Amino acid sequence: MTRTSSAEATAREEVAAPVASPRTGLARARRVGGRALSAVTVLLGAATAAFLAQAALPGDRATTILNIRSGQAVARTPEELAPIIAQFGLDRPLVRQYLDYLAGLLRGDLGSSYQQFRPVWDIIGEQLAATLVLSLTAIALAWLLMVVWVVATAGRGPRVRGLGQTVDTVAAGLPHYWLGIVLLLVFALTLHWAPVMGGDGIEALLLPALTLAIPLGGFMGQATRAEFERALEQPFVVSARMRGMGETELRLRHVLRHAVLPAVTLSGWALGATISGAVVVESIFNRPGIGRVLVTAVSSQDIPVVTGIVVLIAAVYVIANLVVDVLYTAVDPRVRIA
Amino acid sequence: MTTLAPAPVAPPVSASRPRRRRPAPSLVAAIAVIAFLLLAAAWPALLATHSPTANDFAAALQPPSFAHWFGTDEAGRDLYSRVVWGARESLLIGAGAATVSLGLAVVLGTAAALGGRILSGVVGFVLEVAFAFPALLLALLLVAVLGPSAWTQVLAVGIGTAPGYARIVRAQVLAARSSGYVEAAVALGHPRRRIVLRQILPNALRPLVAIFALSVGQSIVWASSLAFLGLGVAPPSSEWGALLDAGRAYITRAPWLVVIPGLVIVALALAATSLGGHLRTALDKGEKA
Repeated sequence: MTRTSSAEATAREEVAAPVASPRTGLARARRVGGRALSAVTVLLGAATAAFLAQAALPGDRATTILNIRSGQAVARTPEELAPIIAQFGLDRPLVRQYLDYLAGLLRGDLGSSYQQFRPVWDIIGEQLAATLVLSLTAIALAWLLMVVWVVATAGRGPRVRGLGQTVDTVAAGLPHYWLGIVLLLVFALTLHWAPVMGGDGIEALLLPALTLAIPLGGFMGQATRAEFERALEQPFVVSARMRGMGETELRLRHVLRHAVLPAVTLSGWALGATISGAVVVESIFNRPGIGRVLVTAVSSQDIPVVTGIVVLIAAVYVIANLVVDVLYTAVDPRVRIA
Repeated sequence: MTTLAPAPVAPPVSASRPRRRRPAPSLVAAIAVIAFLLLAAAWPALLATHSPTANDFAAALQPPSFAHWFGTDEAGRDLYSRVVWGARESLLIGAGAATVSLGLAVVLGTAAALGGRILSGVVGFVLEVAFAFPALLLALLLVAVLGPSAWTQVLAVGIGTAPGYARIVRAQVLAARSSGYVEAAVALGHPRRRIVLRQILPNALRPLVAIFALSVGQSIVWASSLAFLGLGVAPPSSEWGALLDAGRAYITRAPWLVVIPGLVIVALALAATSLGGHLRTALDKGEKA
């Protein structure tokens, strides 16, 4: 499918190129530039929100930090507080702290943990890969499940259609914690097809990824199904059938391509959503990852770690959306003209 | 709680249709689930079979049976009765979070759609930024700052889910603003304030009835996710999220302690989604008729 689409796209571009090249080129550069600019401002906003969350910690910040660090709630002497104030620059005016924080972010410095005596980036960095692998596997699985299910059930008479839709809705509504535990009970504890906890092979990845993939697939399926059924009504379907194309080939080669656009748009959002879903899933399956780090940090009020992860995920979301934008143009050449 | 009552569903459906048709089975099931849980919230003693707090260590960790429909927990307490008694707090958290969420959404969405250039620009930017945070993360950030409690859950879930609804409200208000009746009101020389209050808002906010139903279900799911992570109401309570949190320790020996409260939450969420969908269709039809 992708092969024919890119071939068609290049063919069309070659035809159009000599006439429209300078203008469309400019428009495209402008469009990408505009997107990049808005991505940067959104990131700036996310960083500001993160800073405000750190500044909003109730009470005297140095005392709070020291108490969080030691797990106590007592008043502190100035001698005790002095090193904390120096380390976090708390004696500087708030605007200066804000600018310092932004400057730190530009250098890739997410601040330092209240609880562990380490930079936040070190804490997140060593766990990030595990979570990304889980998220990307989940998104791939969701696409696979969704495409198979929609192609098989969309526009096949009222019964099958109804079943397809119901499964989409139910799947989209399943909370991760519940689905994860049911999968764990069925496949790991009863059937022994997968390891119960931990492990780092492919088999250990399957159930956590499936837990994230099923609701996501249901969600994308709802959008794709509507579009798929609309595409099935199009004249090009009739003409392909008249040429003698088989139903399966027709669905996979022509209809699907028209139907996946909404799901492609959702994929950028999906990356952020699966990473945040990983918080629950990693906790159920006892997997390492930033989700586990986040839960620990939230319950111990280690705010810099929390904001570090939040800013990182916001960045992932923004970048993923930029990529999706480019992908969108590749899948649907019509967008390029607009 | 009264705002949750499914009563207003039936009239628009039947009124918009000349012939009375049998209601869809999914709608009947949704109303049955919601009615049962509302009754449990209003009058738990009527539905519960046991005391939710009576310990009976001889009957600890029993699987579901005729005597204990949902089984028993580690202290021999009847899980079904605990679920029934937990309904009030759970539904209140869900309704509270949905109110916070939609309240914020209406203010932000309306400001983004109708405000002057600066106001709508600022609000639009805030929404754009909020969208970069998945709902659960935004909620976790708030829990980290405020510390875990039922009130934090309401605020965190409400604020976490508000941006999505704000976008819907903005679209609705924009659509209403460019409609024929607003144009007519402008042509008649009505003052702007009156047009906004009398024409745009009532029409734009009508679908919110449907969205509120959906949002209560979603809020309970998010709140229970927080509780599952140990960041919600503390376990001695029988709020559903707290039941999940408490049951996790016994997941291999007594899986029903997590699976059944989870199933209740899933059933409520699906019922709320289904009811919201039916309400929206009914409202759309009412608009056309």
